Amino acid sequence: MKVAKENQSRRSFLKNAGMSVGALLVTSALPPFNAILFAANKPKGKGIWYGIAIDIEKCIGCGNCAKTCKTENDVPPEPFFFRSWVEQYTIKNDGTIKVESPNGGIDGFTQSVPDGEIEKSFFVPKMCNHCAKSPCVQVCPVGATFESPEGVVLVDDTYCIGCRYCVQACPYGCRYIHPTKNVVDKCTLCYHRLKKGLNPACMENCPTKARISGDLNDPESEVSKFIKTKNVYVLKPHLNTGSKLYYNALNQEVR
Amino acid sequence: MNPQFEHLYQALTKVDGYIYPNEIELSWSILIVLYPFITGLVAGAFILASLERVFNVKSLKPTYVIALLTAFAFMLVATMPLIFHLGQPLRFWEIMITPHLTSAMAIFGFVYLWYLMVVLLLEIWFDYRADMVVWSKEATGLKKWLYKIFSLGISDVSPESRRWDDKLGYIVTVIGIPSAFLLHGYVGFIFGSIKANPWWSTVMMPVIFLFSAMVSGIALVMLVFMIVNYIRKQKIDMLCLDTIAKYLFYIIIIDFTLESLDQIHRFYEAEESFEIISLLMSGKLFVTLLIFQVLIGMIIPVISLGTMQFYKPKEKIRQGIYLVTGILVLVGIFFMRWNVVIGGQLFSKSFYGFTSFKLALIGPEGFLMASIWLIIPFLILAFLLWLFPPWKKTQEEHVSVE
Repeated sequence: MKVAKENQSRRSFLKNAGMSVGALLVTSALPPFNAILFAANKPKGKGIWYGIAIDIEKCIGCGNCAKTCKTENDVPPEPFFFRSWVEQYTIKNDGTIKVESPNGGIDGFTQSVPDGEIEKSFFVPKMCNHCAKSPCVQVCPVGATFESPEGVVLVDDTYCIGCRYCVQACPYGCRYIHPTKNVVDKCTLCYHRLKKGLNPACMENCPTKARISGDLNDPESEVSKFIKTKNVYVLKPHLNTGSKLYYNALNQEVR
Repeated sequence: MNPQFEHLYQALTKVDGYIYPNEIELSWSILIVLYPFITGLVAGAFILASLERVFNVKSLKPTYVIALLTAFAFMLVATMPLIFHLGQPLRFWEIMITPHLTSAMAIFGFVYLWYLMVVLLLEIWFDYRADMVVWSKEATGLKKWLYKIFSLGISDVSPESRRWDDKLGYIVTVIGIPSAFLLHGYVGFIFGSIKANPWWSTVMMPVIFLFSAMVSGIALVMLVFMIVNYIRKQKIDMLCLDTIAKYLFYIIIIDFTLESLDQIHRFYEAEESFEIISLLMSGKLFVTLLIFQVLIGMIIPVISLGTMQFYKPKEKIRQGIYLVTGILVLVGIFFMRWNVVIGGQLFSKSFYGFTSFKLALIGPEGFLMASIWLIIPFLILAFLLWLFPPWKKTQEEHVSVE
């Protein structure tokens, strides 16, 4: 009788153990499938949800934004590391396009194309697009790059392993490896300033107010009104990165 | 000027057209070229081994164990270039402890460990266990102890226990085939899933990686098989060698077809990135792509191996042809990885220009260090062949478990 009871308890033990292991296997098999759905999911975006608007018509190419950014955020001064930079596009009469950004535009621009050959020319300030379905966040193997609850894409530099996968994944070239920290670095939308209720340094120092940021979920915010009233466009929309950097008067040549 | 940035200032003078200012330096260099190359050799060598075991290609029997040991030797080194490439190598374990599952890179550690521990190690162990028990009685000194330790104290050598070894080994091989596919297909996915990069972002990438892995792995085992026989002054089993060459020929044709399909598709659709990519192929990648990868790595091997299918010259000549072809194939596949990894970073994601790449001689990302990572697996393999000589195994046919 005792033997039979022992057998029974062993059987139930095995059954329970088997079920637990099975359940564990099934649940551990599920997350990878969820993982596939990163870019296919709708962005979360509750509460404050930061977006950026840049008015190309207002940009004069002074390079203040790029210069300020380097000072504010301790970006290495060499011309290979930028969180923010300005590009000069020149479309010539023959249809060819010339793009330049000497030292990220920090020292200002000169026009290298003779006046007579120019059809049009304009400046495009570039920075992190703080995408809502950000490819860099998606590919970070340890989760060191993440999206803050306010929709700002940040990097935990104590956690980043420096694999550079995110640098490859960013379609806009907004990331670089910090030469002394050996981890990735990028625009934080001056998160340290936002948290104090201040504007990002590049926006604060733009003399023509060509760049603004604010809450996309607030219909009364400056950035929401900008998007509503102008013909805005994001960079590389076909990649569906959920870019939250909206340009007014963006030419199709800009990439 | 800070000498740390000297190479970057130099690169700045070589920029062609416009690139984003952060794109001057290539993020992934020679070490990341080695990563898919070495992993591919592992997957390919294993698949050759399983041809004999699971698909019962009897003439390949002499290469079975050599292929397994080759795969194992390269697998042990496969992660090293990756870890040494990291900006923070000491944080590499974060990827195992806190994997971020939406990243294709995050599960590499698990795929790797699964393949190394569950597939390769187990299969080799089942294959050698009984031999190790026998050898531990014959050998002396260090070898004796190594055999004792590696046999894990399971000293049963009865026919019954050997049959079990064989059965379990067979099961591991069956699991191993999809695992090998997973391993290298997955490596391809790491590149193929980067939508920002049109040179990488193709659904074909995992498939192409898989077949090119088979090509390189089979070529490597063919070379190792020949060299081991030369060193041991043994007559090479020509039926076996011809069979490997035959499979190599078929797989190269499949690989060539897939890669051509990918390029034809690219040209036919000619999307936004077409212009910059065609400039890349005819310019910066001309030598490594069209000469090394396509001509040396594919067209010449297809012709030489193809000829051998119809016309069989004397054994010595055939061996010479196989030897040269094997080396050409390996060079070709190495440059295939090069063209993917380096080529994909030479053009700007603005599609308006190119940066340049110069391989340094010294330094962690230099030519010498990369060569060391390629030589170490051969040293490991030599050690494995010394410790576990396949030719001293008791020759027993695998029990067929059909």
